[in-house]
Amino acid sequence: MGAQTRPLITAGSSRVSDGIFQAAMAACGVCVLGLVLVIVYELIAKSGLSWHAFGWKFFLRSEWDPVNEQFGALPFVYGTIVSSLLALLLAVPLAIGVAVFITEMCPPWLKGPIAFTTELLAAIPSVIYGLWAIFVLVPLLRTYVEPFLARYFGWTSGITHRLGFQGPFEGPPFGIGMLAAGMILAVMVVPIISSITREVMTAVPQQQREAVLALGATRWEMIRTGVLRNARAGILGGVILGLGRALGETMAVTMVIGNRPEIAASLFAPGYTMASVIANEFSEATGNVYLSALVEVGLALFLVTIVVNILAQVLVWSVTRGMPARSNG
Amino acid sequence: MAESLRHTSVAPLSLGRRVKDNLVTLAAGGAVVLVLLPLAAILAYLLYKGVGSINWAFLTQTPKPVGEAGGGMANAIAGTALILLIASTVGVPIGIGAGIFLAEYGRNRFGDLVRFTADVLNGVPSIVVGIVAYGIVVISQGHFSALAGGAALAIMMIPTITRATEEMLLLVPNAVREAAYGLGVSRWRTTLSITLRTATSGVITGVMLAFARVAGETAPLLFTAFGNQYWNWNVNQPTAALSLQVFTYAISPFDEWHRQAWAGALILIVLIMGAVSAVRIAASRGMLKGAN
Amino acid sequence: MGVGIKVDKLNAWFGKTQALHDISIEVPANHATAVIGPSGCGKSTFVRCLNRMHETVPEARATGRVRMGDLDIYNGTSAVQIRRQIGMVFQKPNPFPTMSIYDNVAAGLRLNGFSDRKRLNEIVERSLKLSALWEEVKDTLKKKSGASLSGGQQQRLCIARALAVEPQVLLMDEPCSALDPISTGKIEELIFQLKEKFTIVIVTHNMQQASRVAEFTGFFLLGKLIEFDKTEKIFTTPSDKRTEDYITGRFG
Repeated sequence: MGAQTRPLITAGSSRVSDGIFQAAMAACGVCVLGLVLVIVYELIAKSGLSWHAFGWKFFLRSEWDPVNEQFGALPFVYGTIVSSLLALLLAVPLAIGVAVFITEMCPPWLKGPIAFTTELLAAIPSVIYGLWAIFVLVPLLRTYVEPFLARYFGWTSGITHRLGFQGPFEGPPFGIGMLAAGMILAVMVVPIISSITREVMTAVPQQQREAVLALGATRWEMIRTGVLRNARAGILGGVILGLGRALGETMAVTMVIGNRPEIAASLFAPGYTMASVIANEFSEATGNVYLSALVEVGLALFLVTIVVNILAQVLVWSVTRGMPARSNG
Repeated sequence: MAESLRHTSVAPLSLGRRVKDNLVTLAAGGAVVLVLLPLAAILAYLLYKGVGSINWAFLTQTPKPVGEAGGGMANAIAGTALILLIASTVGVPIGIGAGIFLAEYGRNRFGDLVRFTADVLNGVPSIVVGIVAYGIVVISQGHFSALAGGAALAIMMIPTITRATEEMLLLVPNAVREAAYGLGVSRWRTTLSITLRTATSGVITGVMLAFARVAGETAPLLFTAFGNQYWNWNVNQPTAALSLQVFTYAISPFDEWHRQAWAGALILIVLIMGAVSAVRIAASRGMLKGAN
Repeated sequence: MGVGIKVDKLNAWFGKTQALHDISIEVPANHATAVIGPSGCGKSTFVRCLNRMHETVPEARATGRVRMGDLDIYNGTSAVQIRRQIGMVFQKPNPFPTMSIYDNVAAGLRLNGFSDRKRLNEIVERSLKLSALWEEVKDTLKKKSGASLSGGQQQRLCIARALAVEPQVLLMDEPCSALDPISTGKIEELIFQLKEKFTIVIVTHNMQQASRVAEFTGFFLLGKLIEFDKTEKIFTTPSDKRTEDYITGRFG
């Protein structure tokens, strides 16, 4: 045993193979960078035509006329914003409620199942949400909910008319329209807001809770001052992340929003979102300007969602301080 | 004595505070119910409306022309499989490679940039990914194709797989790597045969979750794979996909197609839920086996 | 037969912090040399410089000359190659978690390209016998995983794994500190027997252990080698006052 006997292992130095391997892995990392660059390049390049034809005003005009090649994206911007905000309005209280229940109030044996089912919600594809929305949610809205809202909240029209526009619960209750879109979107973003809220609430150290309890607080008071207040930034981040998801959501919204490029103040009216117009019209768009206009809508959607998502990540990170991000659905 | 104690700083627990506490608990519980209600409703409807239509014919036949009853989604199921296969040939290796890069070579500024970019990529709306895949693949080929659909789905798979792989590799204790280095094993061999091998079940989890997420996507396929009423095994031709078929049928005016949409949706959800649940079960058993 | 290690003016840094200052020492062949000293004195760092494990830490570097026999460890060969000739056993047993006992012992050979199955069987058996584990595991070699053994058995498994690649030197970084007294006793006995075939350097914070197993001892303090001599002399009549203070328990 030693320098005299022939060594068992005759493999050489691995410098070259180590180098090749590292380069290959780095290349994969560069691919990820490259993908984003490719996306940005494609979007900018293909939207050039429309940009040159309409400039900034593209997002302020309401005319969407493929025949005469006049394009303005304001209805889509409006529809995207309104449907997303409506979704948040409905989803945020629910999501926070669910998160609070799971982290602070739930008996331990129930935690797992409820958390699991909330995650299942996130796994349902958009098109299935849309399918259910068309055949179950919309008839419900048309038959019960919208007439109910019109009857008991129709008085709001009195106020809005004086300001010059339609009331939020005016017009024929088709079922299909902004309200349906907002509601199905709300169901879809609850899981992500809830999951982030749970994560940041769990990240709040136990001492904070105990400090408040030691002062004689009830459980809700402890949650409010000891947990939610500390996790504020993170919860806001979760909400914004939900917003990002809602902005980009395509299929379910397309199936129930009515696909009419008009701006209406009523929630009962049909609308159109940026993602929906692309989904509906892209494959049939004739003419380069038409296609380019759609790509420009896509570019705007891309930029908005990127900014929103980055903002959300920063907020969440500020509370969890670099805890590894979970891969959400 | 008792007199002064009554004026101490701790307020007695008033009825108001207690009522509020209970109300909030009720509200939170109510939120849970309200959120789980749509889930239950969706699954119930899928079963109720879909299960009756799933039969051997549905699973083996292609769609019949409009107006005729019967037919199935066999080509759509096959098409989804084909597109997923194409997507994973590119998406899985690059995703795992980028994950290895981030975990083993990426604890530096460049790695942070890649990590940040992967998270950005995760948030890109799926319809936008479709536009990009259209621009790159469909335009150069001149027609819709399974290849284009696969490209779009690959772009969506990569960030999920990358982050999951990185997370799993970081869970492998450094002592395991050191043991290999101490034996004179080269770095690349250690990373592949020891570190990655220890994290295998976790990485598979990540890949399957990416699959489940991407299998149900419709938007990026709308103008890449486009859909097809017939069988297609040619990657250069438009191909049917389960999610696309469900969409097309759902928005059509035909009851017969609506019925089939529910069936197709049920199959899709079963496949996805199956994958997610299998992953969860494996995670609670397999992952712990690996990294300890 | 093992070979000796000659260290000449070894300095080591972690980033800007210097951990070792001008260490010069001659580790004799086929003996056990103990490295003792209080926490943070650099004994682990020293030993990890001998098989170039020190450089696996980012921003770590070392200068100086280390020779194993005729071979210059830093300039004459690559780190990967030297580690096949200088083996290491770590403080906390670290068998490969997803591998069986057999695969663990064979890992060093297999991962370096060795594939002769018959010889592999012989080597695995021989290594497990050398580390006094054979009798306990010979029936479950391929069925049980390395991680399912007890702490003491795991460490003996790691020793067998290190021995399988037939190194000339075996470095042991506090190999017993995570083990119970009985396992510790077994391993100390092992070191006694291994001395005949290998050169052993053992880091220990347990002075009694040093006096039990090692013929030579080096005392480190704040990154410097204070004294190096026969164990007997270090523990009975140390030349340096600092050594004496440490031995008698005035600090550390």
